[in-house]
Amino acid sequence: MDLDYTQDQRAFRADARKWLEANVPSEPLKSFDTAEGAKQHREWEAQLNAGGWAMVPWPVEYGGRGANLLEWLIFEEEYYRVGAPKRINQNGIFLLGPTIMEYGTPEQKARFLPPMAASEEVWAQGWSEPNAGSDMANIQAAASRDGDHFVLNGQKTWASRGAFADWLFGMFRTDPESERHRGLTFILVPLDLPGITVRPIEQLDGLPGFAEVFFDDVRVPAEHQLGEEGKGWNVAMATAGFERGLMLRSPARFQATAKRLVELARLHGDAVERSVRDEVTRCWIAAEAYTLETHRTVSRLLAAGKIGAEASLNKIFWSELDLRMHELALEILGDRGELLPEAPAAGDVGGWLDGYLFALSGPIYAGTNEIQRNIIAERILGLPR
Amino acid sequence: MDFRFDEDQELLQSTVREFLQGEVTPESVRALWETETGRSPELWKQLAEIGLPGLLVPEQHGGMGLCEEEMVLLIEEAGRAALAEPVISTAAVAVPLLGEIGGNLANEWLPKIAAGEAIAAVGHPISPFVEDAHVANLLLLPDNDGALHAVPRDAAEVKVQPANDPSRRIASVEFKANESTRIASGGAAAGLFAASLDRGALACAAGTLGVCDRLISLAAAYASERKQFGKPIGSFQAVKHMLADIKVKLEYARPLVQRAAHSVAHGSAARGVHVSMAKLAACEAATLGAKAALQTHGAIGYTWEQDLHIWMRRAWSLDHAWGRSAFHLGRVREALFAGTLPIGPGTTFSGDA
Repeated sequence: MDLDYTQDQRAFRADARKWLEANVPSEPLKSFDTAEGAKQHREWEAQLNAGGWAMVPWPVEYGGRGANLLEWLIFEEEYYRVGAPKRINQNGIFLLGPTIMEYGTPEQKARFLPPMAASEEVWAQGWSEPNAGSDMANIQAAASRDGDHFVLNGQKTWASRGAFADWLFGMFRTDPESERHRGLTFILVPLDLPGITVRPIEQLDGLPGFAEVFFDDVRVPAEHQLGEEGKGWNVAMATAGFERGLMLRSPARFQATAKRLVELARLHGDAVERSVRDEVTRCWIAAEAYTLETHRTVSRLLAAGKIGAEASLNKIFWSELDLRMHELALEILGDRGELLPEAPAAGDVGGWLDGYLFALSGPIYAGTNEIQRNIIAERILGLPR
Repeated sequence: MDFRFDEDQELLQSTVREFLQGEVTPESVRALWETETGRSPELWKQLAEIGLPGLLVPEQHGGMGLCEEEMVLLIEEAGRAALAEPVISTAAVAVPLLGEIGGNLANEWLPKIAAGEAIAAVGHPISPFVEDAHVANLLLLPDNDGALHAVPRDAAEVKVQPANDPSRRIASVEFKANESTRIASGGAAAGLFAASLDRGALACAAGTLGVCDRLISLAAAYASERKQFGKPIGSFQAVKHMLADIKVKLEYARPLVQRAAHSVAHGSAARGVHVSMAKLAACEAATLGAKAALQTHGAIGYTWEQDLHIWMRRAWSLDHAWGRSAFHLGRVREALFAGTLPIGPGTTFSGDA
């Protein structure tokens, strides 16, 4: 066990810090679930990319800087330390990107990864359907082969980033006779094709973060199929693993929240009951535990290990921690905890409510926590189905 | 940075695990409950042969000269097996304390402990009781003024206090403090007691990981066999989710324990806080694990003849030993709210910021 950084890793941190401190926007950007915010975020991403910091762990030829996972963790720590903007293209860079690297053809990698790293092409998730949420094997949206095209018909819903995205990834049923997770194909769809209707859905926070997407005889070139035809389930499971696990939820995010929470509790001093301070302490310990566990996993991955069902442990841990921290913050804020950021009396506290509303989605998306508990029970503890 | 154990460390752990699987069974644990001391000198000898009591004893005194990183792996196995022998009091706490005291006391006792010929127990101002005092040859004890004394057991009055876990033997100890027994006083003694507390709490946290893991596997095995309404109860989501939640808690306590072991082994300034974080998280996982395992077993788990309570009681006794959860939570809370801890992204490992 060696818990010290090397000279190279320290130098990497210093480089990242220097660039971020010089470039991070001085004013917070508007939410990327608004038209104006989406534009601001794309500009920020272009700036990140120009600085060479858009996707540090990706190979250089795809727009990355070939950093290893530990350096990625260091970069994320610096990114959250300076309070840099959320990543508008998280569906692309953290979920689909790694999946394309694993399953894509050389042409697909060259075509999709560089504009994804630069967020010139922002991706939406096309996971859910009205009758296929956590039961993703129940997908009905169909893709029938017609020469060198697929013809898509059906509907996706709760497509995160759908309102302002350029592309959508999702599974479609290519074998109409198939059932459950067989006969599905993973397809990448440009959202500007004829026959596509995108209808934004307002989320709990009132912003159009979701969309419904309708497909009416939409013709997609067959080369947009990712992985084998009929084997989309395997591809999607890899993506879901990235979503539950490491890449999307870097520990720095929860450490930053835990730090803000501790500072909030300290600021309110003796007005905060000891039981609340105890809970704040537990949350900070949990954020540390998540950080340590991620470093343990990364050490294993760097030594050629693999992530399996334990991604489900991560998902429960970070989503419940995130929610608990925001609940506690609102408790500490008392009456001001219900104020929107623009309320005159909100001061600097409004962000906690936004964060709370967002944190509420954590136990739902990426497979509900109930599904994750089933996975842990069946695949890790060996309980019967 | 590499947050993993190396192959030698893992081999040591699996060797001890296999040994304990063969030698320590629920039947043998129960058999010891019926004996006067609750301890097996033969088993202690065998443990000495594989190096356990002398793990932290320097090689020149006949020990293995290893550190707390290995220690937590082995004590986790002791917890998994519900081993009753005084591994924590002697191997994890007394040995490094004797090493710090040094001189004749260390020269005399460390080789004997490594050889399995002597047991030492350590008292602490935090608790009125001393674990394993009844079988110890040497007692290291606080007096009312916070000085540290070395007392042969024969010179002390040891009263065993029967406790909830029949494997745990704790005693109140009275002795006559004088110049010849005193080893350290004032700040020096306080420093030694503080270090002992960290080592004891770290060892308890490590043992608790093994206990919790065993509780989960006992519950999972039972839930897979036991049928109600024509199905194994482990197929019911209520049971699955209860056990999955404990597994989450256990797996996120583990890296806290490993980091605390690293901090203690390297004398990190934050070691006290790191140990408290580890003990709190591990004991929380195991005490909740005990409840969940009992609930999974239903009424059969509430009986004395079922083995489950061996580990339930061990979870509770490790929670009590070397500072209860509220104590350790308080230590972390005070450090956190005093603003003396670096917190936030990039502060977890030394030399980050």
